[in-house]
Amino acid sequence: MNLKSATLQAIDEVITHYPSKRSATLPLLHLIQEDVGYIPEDAIPWIAAKLEIQPINVYEVVTFYPMFRRKPIGRRHIKVCRTLSCALLGGYKTCAAFEQEFNTHRGEVSPDGEVTIDFVECLASCGTAPVVLIDDDLHEKVDGAKAKQLSDQIKQEAATRR
Amino acid sequence: MPAPAQRRLIFAHIDEPGYTNDLACYLRHGGYEVLKKAVTRKPEELIDEVKKSGLRGRGGAGFPCGVKWGLVDRKSGKPIYLIVNADESEPGTFKDRYIMHQDPHQLIEGTMISCFANNVKQAYIYIRGEMPHGARILEKAIAEARAANFVGPNILGTSYSCEIFVHRGAGAYICGEETGLIESLEGKRANPRIKPPYFPAVLGLYQCPTIVNNVETLCHVKYIAEHGGEAYTKIGTPGNTGTRIFCVSGHVQRPGYYEFEAGRITLGQLLNEVCGGPLPGRTFKAVIPGGSSAKIMRFGERYKGKRKVGAEMVDYDWGVEDVPMDFDSLAMIGTMGGSGGVIVMDDSVNMVEALANINAFYSHESCGQCTPCREGALWMKKITTRMVHGHARPEDAALLKSVADQIPGRTICAFGEACSWPTQSFIAKFGDEFKQYPEAKKTAKPADAPALI
Ligand SMILES: Cc1cc2nc3c(=O)[nH]c(=O)nc-3n(C[C@H](O)[C@H](O)[C@H](O)COP(=O)(O)O)c2cc1C
Ligand code: SF4
Ligand code: FES
Repeated sequence: MNLKSATLQAIDEVITHYPSKRSATLPLLHLIQEDVGYIPEDAIPWIAAKLEIQPINVYEVVTFYPMFRRKPIGRRHIKVCRTLSCALLGGYKTCAAFEQEFNTHRGEVSPDGEVTIDFVECLASCGTAPVVLIDDDLHEKVDGAKAKQLSDQIKQEAATRR
Repeated sequence: MPAPAQRRLIFAHIDEPGYTNDLACYLRHGGYEVLKKAVTRKPEELIDEVKKSGLRGRGGAGFPCGVKWGLVDRKSGKPIYLIVNADESEPGTFKDRYIMHQDPHQLIEGTMISCFANNVKQAYIYIRGEMPHGARILEKAIAEARAANFVGPNILGTSYSCEIFVHRGAGAYICGEETGLIESLEGKRANPRIKPPYFPAVLGLYQCPTIVNNVETLCHVKYIAEHGGEAYTKIGTPGNTGTRIFCVSGHVQRPGYYEFEAGRITLGQLLNEVCGGPLPGRTFKAVIPGGSSAKIMRFGERYKGKRKVGAEMVDYDWGVEDVPMDFDSLAMIGTMGGSGGVIVMDDSVNMVEALANINAFYSHESCGQCTPCREGALWMKKITTRMVHGHARPEDAALLKSVADQIPGRTICAFGEACSWPTQSFIAKFGDEFKQYPEAKKTAKPADAPALI
């Protein structure tokens, strides 16, 4: 695990927010995942040493919280809301549209490596359903047509990068 | 009767053209004036104002805020913490999002007033992991407030100091439950703690007295500190003071957030007038009035009984449309106002499928500590999913009910109730649909019926 110096700095800073170092477990996992893209195996003993806790204390946290992943994913992470208000307005269709666009299934990396599509639970934007979170950005009222448009954008960015 | 006009106390500036989330804009609108006055008063006076106001928590349980503050152990000599519950994850709820993204300083001012009133030196805002922009906006706003001496050491030249940090969750719903949240903030799995003895007011964060309040609740505190507890009781109805923000989603013409005086608008006015009624060609079938765990209401059913109006007991006989939107009226008819999330379903929805969707949520989100909750939520999901995707059996309704009935009251936290109420109420009100589901599955569905599971 080779962390950027900015990440290391942010790690040292965030630990000062808490009277108990262990509280920084989630912030450290976020910072490492943002830097590396996932939580690599050696991050667990590293965080444990940094926070003066046992590796099991970190491991049990990584496995509990859905946002932490143990493996690399596609370049973009498409999270489609699955919960009732979104489903009532076509969230399942939206998800299928993304899957078709990238020729992949939920939970897998698309063959071109560009995306990973996942279902997630209510994103607290039910009034603009169906909603989709692509990396950090929320997209609202994503019907089939808008899913196609967002997919085209991602594909275009991929093409210009190559 | 026409619906009353909205009364925007908390959402006064939400979606206002030109209103931005930076400090300069907030100050132009009178920002931090209330904090400036508050720090010149006695903290006990501020607590008294909140007690007088009758403010009830907006996170779901509707617990009186002043009473909660009164329970804090102030003699232990330990520091007192305040945690802002910004986990907003009860399905159907989307109000705190807009406060944090569009008006973060309102939350920070409310938080600082609450901290001052309770002699809190350290506050944390626990924001759900799926709002990375929200976390950044709050961090920037706190930095601005710190630079202007509204947060940090010697606030506004007084001897009072208080720091706020933002802490991000990571996708687990149970972090919204206050003791699960505390465990999570301590860097652990969000396994809720058993009460007694772990009442946050006594043994909370780091085993110190801790106040956990919802984002919206703390914004109301700011309003109360400004106008006084007495004035606040004039808004809304007795026992249900102030305003409520209703988050309406699902099958209505105009979904969205609407702020009204509590108890002064009926569900019918909200859905038909404010939200424009059902989608073209559709009729309302059911509504969940307070977040996905609230018990469902079936259009056409009636609620009868006696209720207190002033000093007298009067008969009431309400249809779904007649129910006033406040904590007590909704509790009286067997459901709850909860977090204000109103989820509407029209006649295109099959209730077995809607329940299967909800059950998938709860089974995914159980923390797994208590057997009745972990296993029960999973079984309810498995049964409803099998009904939809495999073989539905006529006895499934009874089976579901028996599983649901074995959960509440036998678990560490209120998630046990939250996960069983949907199944219990769907079966009680739409039992016919569950019994007929094996038959219904054989006939083709309307082409535009959404897939729910
Ligand atoms: C399963 C469960 C989930 C909860 N989720 C939230 C939530 O997302 N946001 C929230 O403010 N309160 C949530 N609560 C309520 C909190 O436990 C707590 O009562 C609330 O934050 C107190 O603040 P208030 O008194 O200001 O409402 C949840 C409770 C339970 C049992
Ligand atoms: S009721 Fe469910 S969510 Fe709550 S502590 Fe028990 S297992 Fe966890
Ligand atoms: S159900 Fe999708 S955002 Fe709430």
